Amino acid sequence: MLHTQLILAAETQPNPVLPNPAEIIIGLIAFFILLYIITKKVVPRFEALYAERSAKIEGGIEKAEQAQAEAQRALEQYRAQLAEARAEAARIRDDARLEGVQIVDEMRAQAQAESERIVAQGQAQLDAQRAQIVAELRGDLGRMAVTLAERVVGESLEDETRKRGTVDRFLNELDAVSAPAGK
Amino acid sequence: MGRLLLAESDSYVAPGPQSFDYPAIFGGVTKPMVQIALSVIIVAVFYLTASSRLKLVPGKFQFLAESAYSTVRNSIGGENIARKDLRPYIPLLLTLFSFILVNNLFGFIPFFQLPTMGHIAFPMGLAVFVWLLFIFVGIRRHGFGHYFAKTLVPEGVPKPVLILYIPIEFFSTFIMRPVTLTARLFATMFAGHIMLLVFVTGGEYILLHASAGVKVAAPIAFLMAIGLSFVELLIQVLQAYVFTLLTANYIGGALAEGH
Repeated sequence: MLHTQLILAAETQPNPVLPNPAEIIIGLIAFFILLYIITKKVVPRFEALYAERSAKIEGGIEKAEQAQAEAQRALEQYRAQLAEARAEAARIRDDARLEGVQIVDEMRAQAQAESERIVAQGQAQLDAQRAQIVAELRGDLGRMAVTLAERVVGESLEDETRKRGTVDRFLNELDAVSAPAGK
Repeated sequence: MGRLLLAESDSYVAPGPQSFDYPAIFGGVTKPMVQIALSVIIVAVFYLTASSRLKLVPGKFQFLAESAYSTVRNSIGGENIARKDLRPYIPLLLTLFSFILVNNLFGFIPFFQLPTMGHIAFPMGLAVFVWLLFIFVGIRRHGFGHYFAKTLVPEGVPKPVLILYIPIEFFSTFIMRPVTLTARLFATMFAGHIMLLVFVTGGEYILLHASAGVKVAAPIAFLMAIGLSFVELLIQVLQAYVFTLLTANYIGGALAEGH
């Protein structure tokens, strides 16, 4: 009895591989409704969130990179400034040295000129004094010579002009004789 | 079902395809149709609620929804479809996965306890849709001739081999894909459900009608049913994943440049 009932049940069983057309349609309609909702609402929201999240992370990285670049730039700038300052200092030192040399040269030249001037002045003074002394000596010598001659010869040479002429002539001869050795 | 059987007769009727035929609740509306409609509401409400106030740092609920979303997006979609092409197919993959998952889980959730995808019409509808979609996508990307050429005639294959290769590739890609997609999902859900029913109705029958000595087998049958329920739970999740994964794979393959 059990056996026959099993067979009976098997005979009335539906074929599970044959689809019910109504179910295909309903299943697809349901699926497309859900697909529509998820396409229009859900996925854009999640994608926006993902984009925001990655933007935030990338923004942070970018900011850090920017800061780093700025620090690098500042460092370069300081280095450049430092190098410039060093160069400036070296230039100033060189200039000072050059200037010092120049000053020393100038001073030396000035001192040289001064000393030459002093020497020249002394020479001139000496020349003047010598000329004065020579003139004085010439007068004295003439007078003494005349006086001596008056006494020796016993003759008065009254005429002033003649007297001077004689003496001068004599002295000039004397000068001419002693000139190569005197001056 | 068991109740119904027992009311009719004292003899044991093994569960079979008729176990999936529920009488209409009202009009032409049957239990699977109600479940399908319910699944749309459940999935839509879940994601809409989860995504209504998205924060950069997720809370628990958002984290749950996000892990589902990013699993579909990155490990299912990202692994199979090139990154630049992925975005338009995310909604499809997410919908497929969630829709199939919830309908499969109806087989486990008390009071429903019927996997909707055990009715071949539902997986068939989805599989045919996926089939048409990946062919359409391939033709739109590569043009009709080039798409079929790139799919059926790979480079570097000697000509004599092509005589064998082309029919086999055509058969497996353009004919068998929808069939296997349908069969895989339908058969696992169908068989799993029947297996559960065997243990549940069998145990019940033994408990009520067998002689006293045999009745001790009934608790074993119920324990088996509970254990199998959890195995089924795993399979239900797995099948939803596999269906979505294959869809992504088919679309990715249709879009890809090489073979």
